[in-house]
Amino acid sequence: MVRKSHIQTTINDEAVEFLCEPRQSLLEVLRDELHLTGAKEGCNNGNCGACSVILDGRLVNSCLVLGVETEGKSVETIEGLAEPDKLHPIQDAFLENAALQCGICTPGFIMSAKALLDNNPNPTEHEIRYWLAGNLCRCTGYDKIVRAVLDAAAAT
Amino acid sequence: MSEKKEYKVIGTRPIRHDGVDKVTGRAIYGADFQITGLLHGRVLRSPHAHARIVSIDTSRAEAHPGVKGVVTAQDLPAAEDKMADLGEGPVNLKYLCDNILASDKALYKGHAIAAVAATNPHIAEEACELIDVEYEVLPPVLEVRQAMEPDAPILHEHLTTSSLGDTEDKPTNIASHLQHKKGDIEKGFADAEVVIERDFVTGTVHQGYIEPHNATAHYNQDGQLTVWCSTQGAFTVREQLAEILQYPVSKIKVVPLEIGGGFGGKINVYIKPVAALLAKKTGKPVKVLMNRADVFEGTGPTPASYITIKIGAKKDGKITAAQTSLAFEAGAYPGSPVGAGAMCVFAPYNIENVLIDGYDVVLNKPKSAPYRAPGATNAAFGTETVVDELAETLNIDPLEIRLMNGAKEGDRRPDGPVYPRIGFIETLEAAKEHPHYTSSNGKKYHGRGIASGFWFNIGLESSVTINVNPDGTVNLVEGSTDIGGTRASIAMQAAEVLGIPAESVNPAVVDTNSIGYTAVTGGSRTTYATGYAAYEAAQDVVKQMKVRAAKLWEVDEDNVQFADGEFSSINGKEEQMSFRDLSGKLSQTGGPVVGRATMDPAGAGGAFATHVVDVEVDVETGKVEILRYTATQDAGKAIHPSYVEGQIQGGVVQGIGWALNEEYIYNDEGEMTNASFLDYRMPTCLDLPMIDTVIVEVPNPGHPYGVRGVGEVPIVPPPAAIANAIYDAIGIRMTELPMSPDRLLKALGKI
Ligand code: FES
Ligand code: FES
Repeated sequence: MVRKSHIQTTINDEAVEFLCEPRQSLLEVLRDELHLTGAKEGCNNGNCGACSVILDGRLVNSCLVLGVETEGKSVETIEGLAEPDKLHPIQDAFLENAALQCGICTPGFIMSAKALLDNNPNPTEHEIRYWLAGNLCRCTGYDKIVRAVLDAAAAT
Repeated sequence: MSEKKEYKVIGTRPIRHDGVDKVTGRAIYGADFQITGLLHGRVLRSPHAHARIVSIDTSRAEAHPGVKGVVTAQDLPAAEDKMADLGEGPVNLKYLCDNILASDKALYKGHAIAAVAATNPHIAEEACELIDVEYEVLPPVLEVRQAMEPDAPILHEHLTTSSLGDTEDKPTNIASHLQHKKGDIEKGFADAEVVIERDFVTGTVHQGYIEPHNATAHYNQDGQLTVWCSTQGAFTVREQLAEILQYPVSKIKVVPLEIGGGFGGKINVYIKPVAALLAKKTGKPVKVLMNRADVFEGTGPTPASYITIKIGAKKDGKITAAQTSLAFEAGAYPGSPVGAGAMCVFAPYNIENVLIDGYDVVLNKPKSAPYRAPGATNAAFGTETVVDELAETLNIDPLEIRLMNGAKEGDRRPDGPVYPRIGFIETLEAAKEHPHYTSSNGKKYHGRGIASGFWFNIGLESSVTINVNPDGTVNLVEGSTDIGGTRASIAMQAAEVLGIPAESVNPAVVDTNSIGYTAVTGGSRTTYATGYAAYEAAQDVVKQMKVRAAKLWEVDEDNVQFADGEFSSINGKEEQMSFRDLSGKLSQTGGPVVGRATMDPAGAGGAFATHVVDVEVDVETGKVEILRYTATQDAGKAIHPSYVEGQIQGGVVQGIGWALNEEYIYNDEGEMTNASFLDYRMPTCLDLPMIDTVIVEVPNPGHPYGVRGVGEVPIVPPPAAIANAIYDAIGIRMTELPMSPDRLLKALGKI
C-alpha cells in the first residue's frame, strides 16, 4: 500500500483534514474520501468541466489537481454555494431558466459561472460563451445556460 | 378536442421538482453511490479490433495485494444461441453475453475481456495489467461497404443473412436485409421528368452523455441481488441481468439513481452484469465505473452508414417515386437501427411509389446502440439533401416543394401505417412565416439551408400510483427515470386533473420492487405514456374521492361532480368541497386513497420538425460557422414549454456536432484514435448561437392532452439543413458526414 499523506485544507470555509495517496486527484478526494459528490467526473482529463471547483479564487478542473496540492489552500465546491435558507442567485437562475436537463454538468457550470461573475459581474453573451467553453453540456444546447448566467449577472 | 381548452397547469413553467437537488450537488447520480464495504471494479479491454482469444491467465492479478476477485466470460452461465425478448425486440443471448465479457473472440478494440475487484480503483487498474491474455490477431473490417464484400473478414462464423424471411447458408457480415415496397417503383420513375440520385456516407458518432456508465452491485446472503445504477430503464436492466446471469427477476432489484444523460446509449447493459459477477465472487458490494475512453471504445456509438437516395419528380415538383438503399453498421453484433431508418427515410412525404432496402451489417466496432431517433438522422441526411437539390433543379422554393409533397392525415407511410392527425405541414408553415426565413441572407460565403425530419415515437408500458396526503398534496410514484425534466411534465398532468398546483405533486422515481413495470425512458415516450398513466391515476383518485364526498354528504355518488379542483353535489343538496379539504377528511371516510393506472397506449403520434439554418463558410480554413438557427416542431401539446424548448435545442446541437465535427477516427488496425473529449469534438457554447424554437401544437388524438413525444426528432434535420446551407454558401454539395474542415477543404480543391 502506498503511504498516505495528511493534508490540512479549507473546504467551503471549513477547516478540513484528510488522508490521501499522492496519486489521488482532488476530484477523487472530494468524492471518495470526503463524500462531496457534487463535483462530477465526466472525463478525468480536463476536457469536460464537470469537476470544476474554485481553488484559492481560481477556477480549476479538480480532476487535474492532486489532493495533496490543496495543503494550506482554500477550495470552494458546489456544496458550499447555497445558504441554509436560500440558493445562490446563479442556482436560482439555472432553475428559473430551465438551464439543466440531466443535471450532471450543472455543478460544474455553476462553479464556472461563479468564477466568471466573481471577476466580471457584467459579462456579455460572448464573454459568457468564451468563459464557459471549457464546460461540456450534451443535453441543453447551452442556450438556456447562457441565458441563466446573463440573468444571474443582472440579478447581482 | 384539447385545442381550445384552457389549462391551469399544462403549458406553464414551474420549477422542476428535482431542481434544487440538482443545482446544489445533492442529487445522487450512479457514480455518487456509497455503501459500507464497497470494492471497486475495473474492466480489462481488448487492445485488438479483431482477435481470437487463445487463453486468459488471471493468476498474477489474483495474487496482487488488494485484489479480491477476478472474473472472465467463464463466470457467466453458458449462453445458448437463443433469442430473448428484453422489451426492445428479440436479442440473441449469446451475442448479448459475449458483449458483456468476450468468450471466444474480441470483436472490437475496447471489448471487455475480464474484470477485477479490489479495495480501491487504482489497485483494480494495476491488476488488470497483470492479466495475461494470449490473442491470435485477425484482420479487422471497419467500413460497411467493405464488410459486405464476399471476401471480407468474417466476424461470426455462424452468422448468415436473413433476407426477407429466408436465410442464406454462407457465413457473411450482412445480418439481415429488409425491404418496404409501395406502389410501382418503375412506373414512378418512368413518370418522373427529373430524377436525382446521390450517395451519402455518415460517420460513426457517439451519444456523448457526460456521465460515464456506472454500476454498483451486491448479493445478499439470501441471494437477493441489488444493483444501483444510472440507466434509462430500471426494468430493462432487470430483464437483461436476469437473462445474462440466468437469475430470476424476483431476486433482482434495480435501483435507478439520477442519470447524467443517455440519448439511447443507457438502455443496453455493459458493466452492470460485470459488477454483479464481481459482487458474487467477492461477497461484497462492488462499484464499477467506466472512464471516458471506455465509454467511447466500449459502448454503443450510433452507426456509420452508406446510403443511396434516388428521387423522381414532375416538373411542377410533385414527387412520383423514391428509392433508397440503407446500409448501416451494426458494430460487432447484429442490431443497427436500420429498421427505424427505413421507417423514417421518406416518412415526411406522401409518395405513391417507393422502394426501400435496408442492410444490417456487422464489423469490428462496438455494438451500436440507439441514439436519439436512431437511424432517422442518417436517412434524413440523404433524403433532405436530394429534396433540396430537386427544388433547386426545378427552381422551386425548398419549403414549397415540401409543402407540395408533405404527408398529411390519412396518407400512408411507405412501411405501412396510415397517419392520424399530424403536424408536418404546420411546421413548414411556421418556418415559412418566421422572420428568420423571410430575412435576407446574401453575403458572400453565407448560406441558408432548410431540412425536415420525422420520428415515429413509441408508447409502451408505464405504471403510476398516486397517494393522497391529508393536506391536499399528492405523492406520485413512477418508474420512468428522469433525464430531462420528466418528473415535472408527468406531475403536471396529474396536477391538471386534480386541480392542484404542480408544486402540490411530489413525484418520485422508484426501484423495480416499488412500482409496476415501466419501459425505458426512450422513444420520446415518457411525457406521453407515463404522463398518460399519471393522468389516468389522477382520474382514479378523483373517482375514489367522489365516493368519499358522497359518503360525507349522504348523497348518491353519481350526484358528485368534480371540476377545477372542487367537488360539488348536483341534484338537490348544495354541497361543495375543495380537493384539499376533502383530502383532510379521508381518514373519517374510509382511509387512504391511492390512485393507480397502468398504460400501454398505442397512439404515440409521430413528430415532425423543420429547421432553418444560416452558415458562414471560411474558405481558407474549411470551418463552418453556425450564424443563426431556427427549429420548428410539432409538440402536440407542450406540457412544460421550457423543457420542450430544451429538448429541441439540445437535439439541434447534437445534430450540429454530428454534421460538422463528430466522428470516430480509426487507424488501419481498427483502433479509435480520438477516444477523448479533446479529440472527439462535441460542440461547446462558443461554437454556437442561441437556438430559436417554434413550438407548433397540433394535438395528438392518442393522448388526453394531445401530447406528442418531442425528445428525438430535433436531431434529425440538422446535418441535411447544414449541408444545404453550405451548398447555398459555396455551391458544393457535401455528401459525407461530418462536414469537417478537412472535408470542406478537399471539396473546395484546397487540399
Ligand atoms: S472530469 Fe475533470 S474536466 Fe472532465
Ligand atoms: S444537462 Fe445533461 S449534460 Fe448538461
